[in-house]
Amino acid sequence: MGKQIYFEDVEVGYEITPLEKNPTTQQLVKYAGASGDYYQIHYDKDFALANKLPGVILHGALKNAFLAQLMTDFAGDEGWLRKLSVQYRGMDMPGHKVTCKGKITAKRVEGGDHIVECDIWLENDQGQKTTPGTAVVILPSRAAR
Amino acid sequence: MGKYISDEHKKFIGIESEPITYDVERGAIRLFAQAIEDRNPLFNDEQKARKTRFGGMIATPTFVRLLMPREMPRVDIPNLPKRLLDGGSEWEFFHPIRPGDRITVVARIADLRETEGRMGTMVVRMTEMRYTNQFDELCTIQRMTLINY
Repeated sequence: MGKQIYFEDVEVGYEITPLEKNPTTQQLVKYAGASGDYYQIHYDKDFALANKLPGVILHGALKNAFLAQLMTDFAGDEGWLRKLSVQYRGMDMPGHKVTCKGKITAKRVEGGDHIVECDIWLENDQGQKTTPGTAVVILPSRAAR
Repeated sequence: MGKYISDEHKKFIGIESEPITYDVERGAIRLFAQAIEDRNPLFNDEQKARKTRFGGMIATPTFVRLLMPREMPRVDIPNLPKRLLDGGSEWEFFHPIRPGDRITVVARIADLRETEGRMGTMVVRMTEMRYTNQFDELCTIQRMTLINY
């Protein structure tokens, strides 16, 4: 629970504080258990190789969860993540850092809600955006306090 | 008429699964947050979360991945390409999910089409899952894109 950000604090082009993750095979096992997704390509290397993968890969849904964390961290306790959209375009492997980033693309007030729209993405340690997406967040307003 | 999908197959759009209801356990919410390594007290610490406007712990946005539909509505298409890819998800969040909630999950086929992609003809199926609490409040919608190729 860091410092709360307000609608008035941000403008279009504002860059959201990046979120770094260093996923390991252990984390993939934890996520498999917590989410119930036991597809073997995420923890069984032989199975992954037999499926023509370079090794075990991150669950798309884990990257989705990382991007959700990027946005709930940004929204803070007073904000609310309203929409999130993610597309799995590329594979990511454990043992490599991934970074979630985002940028505000629009701001508006609608029905009393102070809304910001964002482009978000997860990039690998080569800087490739493997998981692009968008998000809509409702932020608190200083004016409404 | 496409390679795999004809007008006749559009009848699958709208098919719904039988509902299934889950009790949301505090420990499951915490395990999910721990698996993501999200240390936000809202998802981990009841004492701290009580001091927020939520008045207590809530689940991380994608926690409902754990609450699987009873079955994924079948699309019975002959010769559907065997390889399956999760293309991503679109989410809408309306109300928080809390420990002790009873969440009912229904899945329905929201769209079915085929497109030409890098990997040849792909059948793209959008399945919409709706997660409703014990007060009939729609908490979350997830629209998941599955690709056969």
